[in-house]
Amino acid sequence: MATAARRPPTPLLIAGIVIGAAAMLPAGYLLLIVAGELGPALEVAVDPDTLLVVARTLALAAAVTATAIAIALPIAWLTVRTDLPARRLWAALCTLPLVIPSYVGAYLFVAALGPNGLLQDALGVERLPSIYGFTGAWLVLSLFTFPLVLLPVRATLRRIDPQLEDAARAMGRAPLEVFRTVVIPQLWPALAAGGLLVALYVMSDFGAVSIMRFDSFTSEIYIAYKSAFDRTAAAGLGAVLVVLMLVLLWINSRVRNANAVHRLGPGPARPPKPYALGRWRAPALAFCAAVVLIALVLPVGVLVYWSTKGISSGSTSFELVGALATNTLLAASFAALVGGACAVAVALLASRFPGSASRAIERSSHAGYALPGIVVALALVYFATRAFEPIYQTLTLLVFALVVHYLPLGIGAIGSSLAQVPPRVEEAARGLGRGPSQVFATITMPLVRGGILAGTALVFLHAAKELPATLILAPIGFETLATEIWNQTSFGFYEASAIPSLVLLAIAAPPIFFLSERGTVTS
Amino acid sequence: MSVAATTAPLELRGLCKSYGAVRAVNGVDLEVEPGSICALLGPSGCGKTTTLRLIAGLERPDSGEIAIGERTLAGPSVMVAPEKRRIGMVFQDYALFPHLDVAGNVGYGLGRRPDAKRIAHVLDLVGLGGEGGRSVHELSGGQQQRVALARALAPTPELVLLDEPFSNLDAGLRERLRDEVAAILHEAGVTALFVTHDQAEALSIAGTVAVMREGRIEQVGTPEEIYSRPGSRWVAGFLGEIEVVPGEARDGRVSCELGTVATDSGVSGEVDVLVRPESVAIGVSGPQDATEAEVIARRFYGHDQLLELRLASGLTIHSRRFGFPSWHAGDKVRAWIDGPSDVLPREPVSLRSGPAGAA
Repeated sequence: MATAARRPPTPLLIAGIVIGAAAMLPAGYLLLIVAGELGPALEVAVDPDTLLVVARTLALAAAVTATAIAIALPIAWLTVRTDLPARRLWAALCTLPLVIPSYVGAYLFVAALGPNGLLQDALGVERLPSIYGFTGAWLVLSLFTFPLVLLPVRATLRRIDPQLEDAARAMGRAPLEVFRTVVIPQLWPALAAGGLLVALYVMSDFGAVSIMRFDSFTSEIYIAYKSAFDRTAAAGLGAVLVVLMLVLLWINSRVRNANAVHRLGPGPARPPKPYALGRWRAPALAFCAAVVLIALVLPVGVLVYWSTKGISSGSTSFELVGALATNTLLAASFAALVGGACAVAVALLASRFPGSASRAIERSSHAGYALPGIVVALALVYFATRAFEPIYQTLTLLVFALVVHYLPLGIGAIGSSLAQVPPRVEEAARGLGRGPSQVFATITMPLVRGGILAGTALVFLHAAKELPATLILAPIGFETLATEIWNQTSFGFYEASAIPSLVLLAIAAPPIFFLSERGTVTS
Repeated sequence: MSVAATTAPLELRGLCKSYGAVRAVNGVDLEVEPGSICALLGPSGCGKTTTLRLIAGLERPDSGEIAIGERTLAGPSVMVAPEKRRIGMVFQDYALFPHLDVAGNVGYGLGRRPDAKRIAHVLDLVGLGGEGGRSVHELSGGQQQRVALARALAPTPELVLLDEPFSNLDAGLRERLRDEVAAILHEAGVTALFVTHDQAEALSIAGTVAVMREGRIEQVGTPEEIYSRPGSRWVAGFLGEIEVVPGEARDGRVSCELGTVATDSGVSGEVDVLVRPESVAIGVSGPQDATEAEVIARRFYGHDQLLELRLASGLTIHSRRFGFPSWHAGDKVRAWIDGPSDVLPREPVSLRSGPAGAA
């Protein structure tokens, strides 16, 4: 049934326009800088060195994506479709590495395997093979991003109709062939979506590649910005990276549309019969255990080791950690509150008042997410120093950057829970004598409360972990857990990084737990 | 105690609504008497649900008027908001508020401090007395349906609209609930307009049936009128199986192969006689003007049997008889009209095709 487009209430529309414009600010300003100094910027973009960085970054993204899929696909299948013992526990344990920010993961990797690290201590040798560079970045990023593939693939595996596999078996196909011809095609959209998330993550990641001393785009941008305050070079590199990300996002939307799997008919609610692993049970268990050991147990173990070492040696200042945690909570809470409110407005416009205005607002609200955090931060630094000096070096600018960058996560979570409230329910309330704002307060709000909480929690989680934007935009003297971990690690002070890392994990764990219960941990 | 306070009829005048190039509702005129149950019957896509949404105020008509008595709800310069119309609506999927319990749903339309006695009364009315504290998720489909009805009736509406109210229920439950809902609506004394594509549903509950096709009302009448005196071949075919036998009318009598029947339709000359299979009688012997026929096929349904007959002229028609005595293919019989029939002027063959069942 077609429903006529309704005009949104004016205050909501104005709020939407302001949010959309704010979200466009970093991308727009970056464009302005590049356009203003087109010659030098173009020179940077076509420089052979830049092309080398493009190639290196793409190679890393491809390697990490392939590895993440290779880890996630078997675990997804084992934990959904087989009689693997304690499969739910394995699934939960395998999503937990998401809690560990990539720069913490990288720091732990270096602390364990790098020069003067745990392994060297234990072996008592002078030198170890270097773990820096491509190999290190590849390993670290694969280990901490594979849950981004695992979650959508598991969700899809649970949803697809097992009867199709029965039917294929009945038509004389062997199990492996059924998996290839029936299961994989249905998993393809989830694999593509998860894989692209990983690729985008790798391309915009700053912390892990910098700590692993791999010269990818983001680290080059940071060096250009830091060393000479070279506006043109940093902006030009940023623009090239944004173009790369946009290409990936475009591919993502094409793949999703072309491969949307529709289930024909509801099918029975019969749960699929678990596949008996038989003699493969031990290798399957060993695989899951190895992944959990390397991606979760070892990092946390190393963290605890360095923490106890730091505490017993008396080098840990609890006052400092308390101040860092307070600052982190402060910035992330502000960002979550503002971001949550903005996301409610945009999601309401998009789902309840469809039309060209709402569509334009929703699209522009996503602009900040297409930019890596470091590019958002750079654009805002330039904007503040050039056009709006008073907010430079304020918490407001940092919160603004975090909101603009992570707003789409909130919109996604709130939008999908709004979409689950059928408009009929609101219409029924209208027919029972309540006006539009009363219906919103008594029907819509209570029904999407969970979605709003999830959206706010997502913004909070990412804001708390954010490294590059905080490094660049935080007022002088405003250190957070993330920036402290970064600073200490770059000097090789592993003990000093351990307690802030543990505290950061503790702050991130509750929202992650809440979100994974709801199944909205990935956007 | 009556639930509703309806004293004025619902009137639709020249109602139109288009979605882009599609004219969903194309000039609907209808009057529903206060306290009566009217069915809006038509195939899917005929505009009946859109008509309902226009009445509820969920859509704005392009032109035409909606009024309850003197009160205009929608017109050229008027558009009363849905919450100000005092019209209850029961949605096809019930649209119960999942975060409220049964009493919360029923009391929602009664303002911020709903009257507990009123809620209890309406729940009693729909046979859910004492169930107010239950969550709507725990209820069966039939119970959810009754909560939706109670919720619509609670604020004493002038009119209740029901959108395909039984389509989400399985067959056995549907028939039982059909009678129950009709009884509840009668007891409440409320005017009700319900939309359905199910002929049996419309004929069995409604006092008035309005048959809708392609955005227009094709015919309005009592169920009996609509069924036995359809105004067109299309309506005849939509309401059930129909046989068309050519005949000739003169002076209020029509003669055709199945005999001679009286007609008050005033037509004369070449006509089509429309007769339902259950009005085609057969026997070893029969009235004088009955025709010779042969049973060429038989389908047995238990409580009845459908016989395919070839008449002496070669025309084949169907006769529906009780299950016993059994007839068999090859039986030589006589056939005649025993029951209501209708007469329409003959149309060229090319125009005769109606929906399924008109053959």
